[in-house]
Amino acid sequence: MTSTVVVTGMGVVAPTGIGVDEHWAATLRGTCAIDRVSRFDPTPYRSTLAAEVPGFVPEEHLPSRLIPQTDHMTRLALVAADQALQNADLDVPSLPEFGVGVVTASSAGGFDFGHRELEKLWSKGPEHVSAYQSFAWFYAVNTGQISIRHGLRGPSGVLVTEQAGGLDALAQARRQVRQGTRAMIGGGVDGSLCAWGWVAQQTGGRLSTAQAPDRAYLPFDAGACGQVPGEGGALLVLESADDARARGAEVYGALLGYAATFDPPPGSAGPSTLRRAAELALRDAGVEARDIDVVFADAAGLPDLDRAEAQTLAEVFGGCAVPVTAPKTMTGRLAAGGASLDVATALLAIRHGVIPPTVNVTRPLPDYRLDLVTRPRRATLSAALVLARGHGGFNAAMVVGRERR
Amino acid sequence: METLTLDRLMEIMRECAGEEEGANAGGDIGDTEFAALGYDSLALLETAARIEREYQVRLGDETVTEAKTPGALLSLVNRTISEVV
Repeated sequence: MTSTVVVTGMGVVAPTGIGVDEHWAATLRGTCAIDRVSRFDPTPYRSTLAAEVPGFVPEEHLPSRLIPQTDHMTRLALVAADQALQNADLDVPSLPEFGVGVVTASSAGGFDFGHRELEKLWSKGPEHVSAYQSFAWFYAVNTGQISIRHGLRGPSGVLVTEQAGGLDALAQARRQVRQGTRAMIGGGVDGSLCAWGWVAQQTGGRLSTAQAPDRAYLPFDAGACGQVPGEGGALLVLESADDARARGAEVYGALLGYAATFDPPPGSAGPSTLRRAAELALRDAGVEARDIDVVFADAAGLPDLDRAEAQTLAEVFGGCAVPVTAPKTMTGRLAAGGASLDVATALLAIRHGVIPPTVNVTRPLPDYRLDLVTRPRRATLSAALVLARGHGGFNAAMVVGRERR
Repeated sequence: METLTLDRLMEIMRECAGEEEGANAGGDIGDTEFAALGYDSLALLETAARIEREYQVRLGDETVTEAKTPGALLSLVNRTISEVV
């Protein structure tokens, strides 16, 4: 039997707040962080709404050496990693030299940083481009910076599977722990709320053009009209259950099961393989559908994708048979950060016995047959299924919950 | 052409690459190695690019990274400035 991998630390930097406590409190209040973009002027664009991390002053969290060489999303990631290690109470220097690694997920890299340097390149010339552009734009940069900052020399890497990345990175970190790495940091913190990132996302055709923040991102609603991007995510510290117990660490819960599938090419006859991902994750966890107490949905906010996900849930669980929620209606979609934030939120939900709400959805489509949780709901929770779909055909599913002995 | 001073050099380095906390507690900063001050080769290249723009000189990446201390970089820059003039 493969050893159980547990979460012993969490760091959250999200539109719902900086730090686990702030995030959880805002999530239970149902505070929607979607608003007009403030990081750049969105006036020329069709989409003008996003969810930003509020009140983030990098100098308050990071040494000045790191400021000139980091994109905004890397700074967010560094702070999340600091929090996660501190929360886990893990003393890295006391562990074997190659005993701790980091795996992050990314979607675009440091777009904001890259945007500014490219602007200098064409307006002023190459000698004005920062030497730090060499890595600050790169999608692997968060893993690198976290590794350097904390001296993590264990197996490390980066996964790029858009929104599925938050789960895929955690799964890869889990794999490393199972193969003997003493501890891993895994997850995603992402975001490219800059004009360049915005243009790139607009061409994808999925962004909501609604003007009212509470009408823009409405998964499973009759008025579903697109997605709203956000920034941030979560990083988790993973250890084997035995190691965590041996050092008396506080445990949030376990990563019980995981699977990833890839959709058939667009235009081909085959259906989405999301169902297969969900079923394989349940099997990997050794649980049945009836053992799942809540589903954190991918919640695309686009009618076709919402229907496909609702159908998957009805097929796996039966109609209205399991509570379904999408707290990302408060944070927007955090690219590679979203699913790892969902895992963190799911573990908090299990700990506190409360299912956080899906906000702004007032007209859930009845034929989706979902028990959609739109107000915080008290419940005894042992296991949650988190679903994530990345643009381009990536599906990932993860079962998290109380450690099973 | 105005020459570069040690104070100005360190100010440029702080602006370009920040400052390591706890580094340079006393001692002669001009003779302290960049590594001990918390500056790596990229910090040096970033600083050099800024000096090249501000003082309108060409330093060359290889030459710059051979300078191990602020004092050495300072001499290199001022020598280049005098050659230009």
